[in-house]
Amino acid sequence: MRLYAVVAAGQFRRFATYRTATAAGVFTNTVFGFILAYTYVALWDERPQLGGYDMSQALSYVWLGQALLMTCSMMGGGFEDELIERIRTGDIAVDLYRPADLQLWWLAGDLGRAAFHLLGRGIVPMLVGSLAFDLALPSSPGIWMAFLLSVALGVVVSFAIRFLVALSAFWLLDGAGVAQMAWLAGMFFSGMLLPLTLFPGVLGDVARALPWSSLLQVPVDVFLGKYPGWELVRAYAFQAGWAVALLLVGRMVQSVATRRVVVQGG
Amino acid sequence: MEAQTPTGFIELDQVEKVFDVRRKTGFMRGERHRVRAVDSISFRVARGEMVGYIGPNGAGKSTTIKMLTGILTPSGGRLRVAGIDPSRERTRLAHRIGVVFGQRTTLWWDLPLRDSYRLMHRMYRIPDARYRENLERCVELLDLGELLDVPVRQLSLGQRMRGDIAAALLHDPEVLYLDEPTIGLDVVSKSRVRGFLRDLNAERGTTVLLTTHDLTDIEQLCKRVMVIDHGRLMYDGALAGLHEVGESERTLVVDLERQLPPIRLESAPSVRTVKVEGPRQWLAFPASESAAPLVARIAADYPLVDLSVREPDIEAVIAKMYESAGGM
Repeated sequence: MRLYAVVAAGQFRRFATYRTATAAGVFTNTVFGFILAYTYVALWDERPQLGGYDMSQALSYVWLGQALLMTCSMMGGGFEDELIERIRTGDIAVDLYRPADLQLWWLAGDLGRAAFHLLGRGIVPMLVGSLAFDLALPSSPGIWMAFLLSVALGVVVSFAIRFLVALSAFWLLDGAGVAQMAWLAGMFFSGMLLPLTLFPGVLGDVARALPWSSLLQVPVDVFLGKYPGWELVRAYAFQAGWAVALLLVGRMVQSVATRRVVVQGG
Repeated sequence: MEAQTPTGFIELDQVEKVFDVRRKTGFMRGERHRVRAVDSISFRVARGEMVGYIGPNGAGKSTTIKMLTGILTPSGGRLRVAGIDPSRERTRLAHRIGVVFGQRTTLWWDLPLRDSYRLMHRMYRIPDARYRENLERCVELLDLGELLDVPVRQLSLGQRMRGDIAAALLHDPEVLYLDEPTIGLDVVSKSRVRGFLRDLNAERGTTVLLTTHDLTDIEQLCKRVMVIDHGRLMYDGALAGLHEVGESERTLVVDLERQLPPIRLESAPSVRTVKVEGPRQWLAFPASESAAPLVARIAADYPLVDLSVREPDIEAVIAKMYESAGGM
C-alpha cells in the first residue's frame, strides 16, 4: 500500500512542477467561467427554475464545472495519453516486469494528480466566481465534506473510464480516435455543457444513468444539497457502483491485454 | 528427475518464441505467417558469470531478455532463472532480478531522481537500512550525488543511464539484465558504466547478462560471449575464439604525408590494403593480431602522419562466420 501512496504523492508533485501550465489553466477556467456564467444568466432570466435550479444554483453549477474540469478529467488530460504512448512505444514492458499492479499503479497516480488539480485548478476559479456572482455555497461543513467524497468517487469513475480508453491502444494502432470519442461523451454526459437535469424525457433519464454523470452532475447536486438524508447514500451508491463495475471491467481487459502482449509480443 | 547443472543459474533448454504476424495483402485480406524470433536456444549461465549476448538488429536478443524477465512466454522449451519459471511467477522473480533497457527508462521523467529511488524502495519492499546503504553505494560509485535532486528530464543520456542502473540495483538483484546499456553514450560515460559493472560483478558476484552492439563492451567486460542471429545461437565461447571463428578483421586507417601507391608489407602477408583515398589508406588485418608491430613497420617504411584502429563490428563478424561456414 505504501508503494501506491508514493506513486500518488509523486504524481501530485509532478503536476505541481508545471507552474506555468497551472497558471494558464486557472486563467482559462476563469475566463470560461465568466462566459458560461453570463450565458446561464441570460438563460435563467428567460426560464427561471430551469432544470430545478434557481439562478444562484445555476451559477454555482457553472463555477463548480470549471473548478472540477481537470480534477475529474471531463475533457481528458489525465494519465491516459501517457499510458497510450507507453503502450504504443512498448515502454509498457518496463511497467509489466515490475512487482506492482498496473491498474492500481495508474489509479494511485491519477488520484495524486486529481488532488493537485483540485487545489491548483479548483480553488481560484471557485473563489473568483463566488466574488463576482451570488453563488449558493453550502453553509454546513458536513455538506462540504459530503461534496468532497462525491468528487473523490467521481475521480475514480473518471479514471476507470479513461483506463479502458487507454487499454484500447493494445488493439488499435492509434488510441487517439477512441480518446476523442471518450472526450466528447465525457463533455456531454458529465453535464459539463448543460446540467443533465435540463434534458427532457428518455434522453435525460439515460444521461443521468450513465457513468459520466458521476463526474460533475452528482457532485454538484451534493454540493447544492439536492440529496437530503438517505438520498445522499443512494447518490454515493450510484457513483461507487459505476466505479466498481468499471474498475472490474478494466481488470478483465487488462488481463486479456497483458496475456496478449505476453504471448504475442509488444 | 531433471538434468540440472548445479551451477546453472539461468537455464534455457530448446527455448522458442514464435510470433504470428498478420500482414495485409489487400482489401479485407490478410496473410498470417509465423516468425521464429527465437529458435531452439539452449544455454546455461552460472551464478556470478558475466556474459555478452550479441547479434544484429532483429536477431532475437530483446525477445530472449523479455522471456527471461517473464514479460514474454516462450512458445516452447524450458526456461528457468534462479529456479523460477519467469512467465509463471513474474512478480516473485522480479524481486530477484534487475533490468535496464538502454532505450527505455524506469525513472520518473518529471521528478527528481531521488523520487524514483523512493519508489523502488517501496516497490521492492527494501528494508530501510539496506535501501540507504545500497543507495549510498550506488550514488558514490556511479557519481550521482549532484544529480539526485535534478528532474530526470534534465539529465544527459549518460547520467540517465547511470540513474537507471542504480534504480535496477537498489533491491540487490542476483542477476542483472542489461539491454544495450551503452547505446548512444559518449566515450567517458561508456567507460564509467563499464567500470561500474565490472566492480559490481567482482565484488557482489551479481550475474550479468548484457546485450550490446558494441564489441568493446564485451571485450572489456565479458569472458564469455554468445552470438545470436535469426533466432539461433551461432556461437558460445570466449571472445578471442569468436574472432578466430569469424576471421574478423580490424582496420588500420593511416594518413600519410602524400598520396602514395597502396602500402605493401612483405613481412606481413595477412595485411591487405583495402582502400586508398588520397593520402589516406585503409588496411585490414586479423583482429586476433596486435596492431603495434604493424604500426611500427609502416612507420619505418612510410611517411606516417596519423593513424587510428577501427574495431570490427558485429555485423561484419557474423557475415564472416556465415562465409567461413560455407554459405549456410
